[in-house]
Amino acid sequence: MITVAFLKAAIIAGTPLLFATLGEIITEKAGNLNLGVEGMMLMGAVIGFQMGYSSNSPLLALIFAALAGGIGAFIYAFLTVSLRANQVVSGLALTIFGTGFAGFVGQKLVGLKMTDEFNDFFRELKIPGLGDIPYFGEILFNHDMFVYLGFITAIILGLYLYKTGRGLNLRAVGENPAAADAASVRITRYKYIHILIGGALCGLGGAYLSLVYVPVWQENITAGRGWIAVALVIFSAWNPYRAIFGAYLFGGLDIIGFRLQGTGIAISQYVFDMVPYVVTIIILVIVSLRKDKRNAPPKSLGEPYFREER
Amino acid sequence: MRKGLTLLLVALLAVTLTVAGCSSNTPAPAGEEKLKVGFIYIGPVGDAGWTYAHDQGRQYLEKELDVETIIQESVPEDQQSEKVMKDMIDQGAKVIFATSYGYMDHVVNVAKEYPDIIFLHCSGDKIGDNYANYFGSIEEPRYLSGIVAGLKTQNDTIGYVAAFDYPEVIRGINAFTLGVRSVNPDAVVKVKWTNTWFDPAKEKAAAVALLDEGVDIIAQHQDTAGPQVAAEERGVWSVGYNTDMSKMAPKSYMTAPLWNWGMYYVKTVKEIQEGTWKPEAYWGTLKDGFVDLAPLTDIAPAEAQAAVDKVQDQMKAGTFDVFAGPIKDQNGKEMVPAGSTVSIGDQLGMKWFVEGVEGKIGQ
Repeated sequence: MITVAFLKAAIIAGTPLLFATLGEIITEKAGNLNLGVEGMMLMGAVIGFQMGYSSNSPLLALIFAALAGGIGAFIYAFLTVSLRANQVVSGLALTIFGTGFAGFVGQKLVGLKMTDEFNDFFRELKIPGLGDIPYFGEILFNHDMFVYLGFITAIILGLYLYKTGRGLNLRAVGENPAAADAASVRITRYKYIHILIGGALCGLGGAYLSLVYVPVWQENITAGRGWIAVALVIFSAWNPYRAIFGAYLFGGLDIIGFRLQGTGIAISQYVFDMVPYVVTIIILVIVSLRKDKRNAPPKSLGEPYFREER
Repeated sequence: MRKGLTLLLVALLAVTLTVAGCSSNTPAPAGEEKLKVGFIYIGPVGDAGWTYAHDQGRQYLEKELDVETIIQESVPEDQQSEKVMKDMIDQGAKVIFATSYGYMDHVVNVAKEYPDIIFLHCSGDKIGDNYANYFGSIEEPRYLSGIVAGLKTQNDTIGYVAAFDYPEVIRGINAFTLGVRSVNPDAVVKVKWTNTWFDPAKEKAAAVALLDEGVDIIAQHQDTAGPQVAAEERGVWSVGYNTDMSKMAPKSYMTAPLWNWGMYYVKTVKEIQEGTWKPEAYWGTLKDGFVDLAPLTDIAPAEAQAAVDKVQDQMKAGTFDVFAGPIKDQNGKEMVPAGSTVSIGDQLGMKWFVEGVEGKIGQ
């Protein structure tokens, strides 16, 4: 039972990572490296909490969390797509801005708590039938709706990227914008839309922490999870399906130390904190050694697109 | 990398918050200048824990005495803190409270450079002509909160979410466990380390791990309310820390050991204003009102109030010593013989668990 409880907790710990990772995947697929994940998560977390507290409506809270992440992403998109500013610097600036913004807005929210009615909306829902399967039912199908939402979003995103024409266009924009431009794909529009969607997903990832997981506002509530998500994008090789597995794995690594304490297996939590990054580096090395195109980053990632330079 | 980047960002944030963080009150009328007092905080005031409690103390000081205060949040425990102190002095601060352990050596450096300014450092042990330190025995209210937990637990297993295996934290766990076992000799206290002061999600995850192992009470030595929320969700009970956390977990929170920084700030600043201040290593106790136990809520067991009052009265009378022997360690070895106690010096370096704690130091 301890193992079942651990795997279930790993999925919950992985859910904010999953949203942020999916958001960053779709952004990077458009050829833009947005290091503002942490900032957008915090913006979503604080605005979601503020909205949820003042309106008592979970749906409004979610919508505004997504909007807040989207607004953060809009700043970034304007800088990097329209003004063609350096993507790394713009992303870092967005993280710093988002952290300060959340701290500022959150000043008044410290110590507040959502109503029971609000929290009930995010209670665990057992999926009929599937939830009754021994072990697996408890691990996979007995969660709050956010966890299912993350799962579904990943699958929709995967279908969109690999099975639709627009998804193909998007990948073309990220790989070779000049060729996509020649095929009359509207580069700027594609980049804007997908960066904004990416930001909205990051905002939802942050909102999971402030609305469902912790459900009180505390400054810097994400505590660096946005950076883990950036590593996770590489770990999952820009593939939304693999991101599901990766997010839950990294979520599990985040909490496994607590489960091992007292079992006699003496491995420091610091070791587990390192593992995600070590694994990511190893994967980077393997990918570049094998020159495997399927697992490589989008070719134009990080480069601004100038039509005139074609 | 994650920690490093976080630190970097916190540092940058600290700079950006300088403008927002400096509260400027209405200037004093010409002729009579208000005493200006600076506060240096390790975290944001919004942490709902350690720094929040210090800031409550600062507000109390402003209310009680005619002084002006300036603050700086999220100051890293390095060279940066010296810059912040000098900056406050440039702004006219005559007294500076540095509220985290890591500022200690920097306080001494700046204090030597500015002999006219008075520096007070929380939780350290340095003392000189114009600088001193303050801390207190939070172990007393922790022992009392242990009594409440020991009476409440149904299955005699209590969980304790702890930050780092520093002597300060270990001492707290020991005091809590001694309190638990004074009323419930069979109970055990399971400890999980989080290696963080401030990560609500992670601290909650540690509490969930304890709850999955079957504990029915969660106590904590962390700066956020994450563990309280975990207890609330599982429908079991909790003991908080730093501030009254009843709002965060109304159905599970029973009580919390509290710091009453304001009482010390008012006392010290008053002495400075009157010119009677002398450097001292201030060690506040329950008797002084420097530490306290938050009022018990309705969730605490009915018999707890009387049991707590009895010991609390003895503590206030100075006849009760939390670490009075006989005390055995985790392995049953006698560490403190009957009739003896643990000196303050040994308490400050405590690196062993008392009997009844399940957990390991150095993990």
